[in-house]
Amino acid sequence: MQLIVVADAATAPELAAVARSVAGRDDAVEAVTFAGAGFPAADLARELGGHGVSRLHVVRHELLGDYAPEAWGSALATVIDRLGPSGVLAPATHRGTEVLTHAAARAGLPLATNCVRLAGDGGSVDDGSGDGGSGDGVWRVTRTRSGGVLLEDAELAAPVKLVTVAAAVEIPGVPVQAADCEVVESAVDVPPELGRTRVAERVASETGLSLSTAPVVVSGGRGVGGADGFAVLEQLAERLGGVVGCSRVATNNGWRPHRDQVGLTGTKIAADLYIACGISGATQHWVGCMDSAVILAINTDPEAPMMQRATYAVEGDVHEVLPAVLEEIRRRGESAVAARADRHATEEAAPAGSSSAASSAAPSAG
Amino acid sequence: MDIVVCIKRVPAFGAQVPLTDDGSSVDTRHLGFTIGPHEECAVEEAVRLTTAHGGRVTVLTVGPQEADEQLRYALAMGAHRGVLVDTGTTELDPEATATAVLAGLTDEPEPDLLLFGDASADAGHGQVGVRVALARGLPVVGGITGLEADGGDPAEGGGAAWLRASRDTPDGTEVFRLPLPTAVAVKEGLNLPRYPTLPGRLKAKKAALRTVACAPERGGLRTHGLRRPADDRAGAIALGRGADAAPAVVDVLAELGKV
Ligand SMILES: Cc1cc2nc3c(=O)[nH]c(=O)nc-3n(C[C@H](O)[C@H](O)[C@H](O)COP(=O)(O)OP(=O)(O)OC[C@H]3O[C@@H](n4cnc5c(N)ncnc54)[C@H](O)[C@@H]3O)c2cc1C
Ligand SMILES: Nc1ncnc2c1ncn2[C@@H]1O[C@H](COP(=O)(O)O)[C@@H](O)[C@H]1O
Repeated sequence: MQLIVVADAATAPELAAVARSVAGRDDAVEAVTFAGAGFPAADLARELGGHGVSRLHVVRHELLGDYAPEAWGSALATVIDRLGPSGVLAPATHRGTEVLTHAAARAGLPLATNCVRLAGDGGSVDDGSGDGGSGDGVWRVTRTRSGGVLLEDAELAAPVKLVTVAAAVEIPGVPVQAADCEVVESAVDVPPELGRTRVAERVASETGLSLSTAPVVVSGGRGVGGADGFAVLEQLAERLGGVVGCSRVATNNGWRPHRDQVGLTGTKIAADLYIACGISGATQHWVGCMDSAVILAINTDPEAPMMQRATYAVEGDVHEVLPAVLEEIRRRGESAVAARADRHATEEAAPAGSSSAASSAAPSAG
Repeated sequence: MDIVVCIKRVPAFGAQVPLTDDGSSVDTRHLGFTIGPHEECAVEEAVRLTTAHGGRVTVLTVGPQEADEQLRYALAMGAHRGVLVDTGTTELDPEATATAVLAGLTDEPEPDLLLFGDASADAGHGQVGVRVALARGLPVVGGITGLEADGGDPAEGGGAAWLRASRDTPDGTEVFRLPLPTAVAVKEGLNLPRYPTLPGRLKAKKAALRTVACAPERGGLRTHGLRRPADDRAGAIALGRGADAAPAVVDVLAELGKV
């Protein structure tokens, strides 16, 4: 038997390791990729081999060369039927979930999406967690719900287990042995009408900082008071090399476009610094920002959940605090410039070690 | 254009999610209920499309009888009919939910468009739309944040023949051109849903709903329980009050190398 991962070079290391941990001792970890005529599979195979994948099934058909959810799902269902693997794992990205859902629906199989923990039934691999296998043909999975506020423990009972694996998955420390990854070409039939869900047009995204990748996000909620109130957040974001985000209340009031919304039904971010201004911290918002390294909350209500869960809290009106912060940044910038000018002047006049008042007034300003 | 929108009754919780003592589910005794934002946008879009092109909007929900509250909310937004597939609960696995949705569709005329949310707000499987579409032989795409009727002339009563559906991916926007009838799963951001008017609410309160009883067989994904993830965040460090906190805030920004 084998376990199959639907992976690209970026997600393969994690998925292969997770697959290894649920595979029985004698199960191979293999991979599948969808391709049109010209795709050279050797590079991907070499990459996958490094992660212990012993075979790459290259499924070719003219409808598979570009992403087409129905065609890819149908091809995967054919592969599942042919190979009868014990499980198939894909990343819990939109595309990974979509392809696996189509395959599951076609194959008449259940699917567990967004899994952060998997335990196979093999029992042959001991990851030290003490919950090795059950040997009953059932996988124990833990998946996230409501964006990660809740964990759901579930059982996946099926002849072939289909799972999408969240980026936050626990990777058990199972040793991975590099393998020579054999490329196996396989042709499939794809019903021609499935070409109907091919991508008809593509528009490349604008380059530049986006909410999901910005190192700093200055975010505003109801407490900002209105669309105009965001000007001061814009200024701070620009000063800190970041972008502006918002809560759903700001979106629903038409103060900000939805692409700025952080949260369960907006964007999930993991910034270096998240500044939550006038945002109460409802769970549906919190799941969108909780992976940020540092969270600073500014709120008039010290009891607001965001004020409790943040790294730093400032009690106050966003329209008093932010202008004062901008002013303080400006002042320190000026005094740093002044200190530098001063130092130059002193150095020219007298090279003695007399430190100026201005430079000591600029503590740790970077 | 006749449209069916599938909506789910979900608990609306705030800063904490209360769980029942046995951890089997969310303790909803003190919670209100709502429909997820993705589905609210689906209802709004359906109302706009039928306003522009004619046709009817039917909203369908699978759940307990109390889920009529969510159907009535959608009716107050402008939907025309409601179908309640009474399974007694919303706690079904995605295969069972899809079976129940299909049972609700059986005696309905074939819609031109079947709308779903991209994922339900509580369970978030992201599966029901695809499972239903496949069973009905319909094309389906998910994650859609742009939808436009294309190709028909409403003046001739022909309605649209195609839909242009677009979605954002990490690399840019993907556009699909879908022949009707089709299914589409949409995401918040598609539009800004309206708030129901008071007359709309009053009318919806009295509207007759079609109820279909259904006891779907369970699928292979079986929930054992829910729990909260461990939260290892220490409490927040207070940096002060009002404008006086500015120096402390800027010290933090400096420490993080941001200024
Ligand atoms: C299924 C579902 C999905 C959802 N998805 C999302 C999502 O993706 N993103 C999201 O954000 N929400 C989402 N929500 C909504 C969420 O539950 C909250 O309603 C929302 O996050 C609240 O926004 P808020 O914090 O701006 O407003 P409020 O909760 O009203 O909080 C406003 C805060 O501002 C403070 N304040 C007021 N005046 C000032 C001032 N002058 N200065 C400083 N502070 C002030 C108040 O003390 C309060 O804490 C979702 C809800 C549901 C049911
Ligand atoms: N109980 C339900 N009743 C009606 N529609 C549902 C139900 N559960 C899920 N759906 C629909 O299917 C979509 C995806 O749900 P899920 O697969 O649970 O993420 C939702 O956004 C709804 O449109």
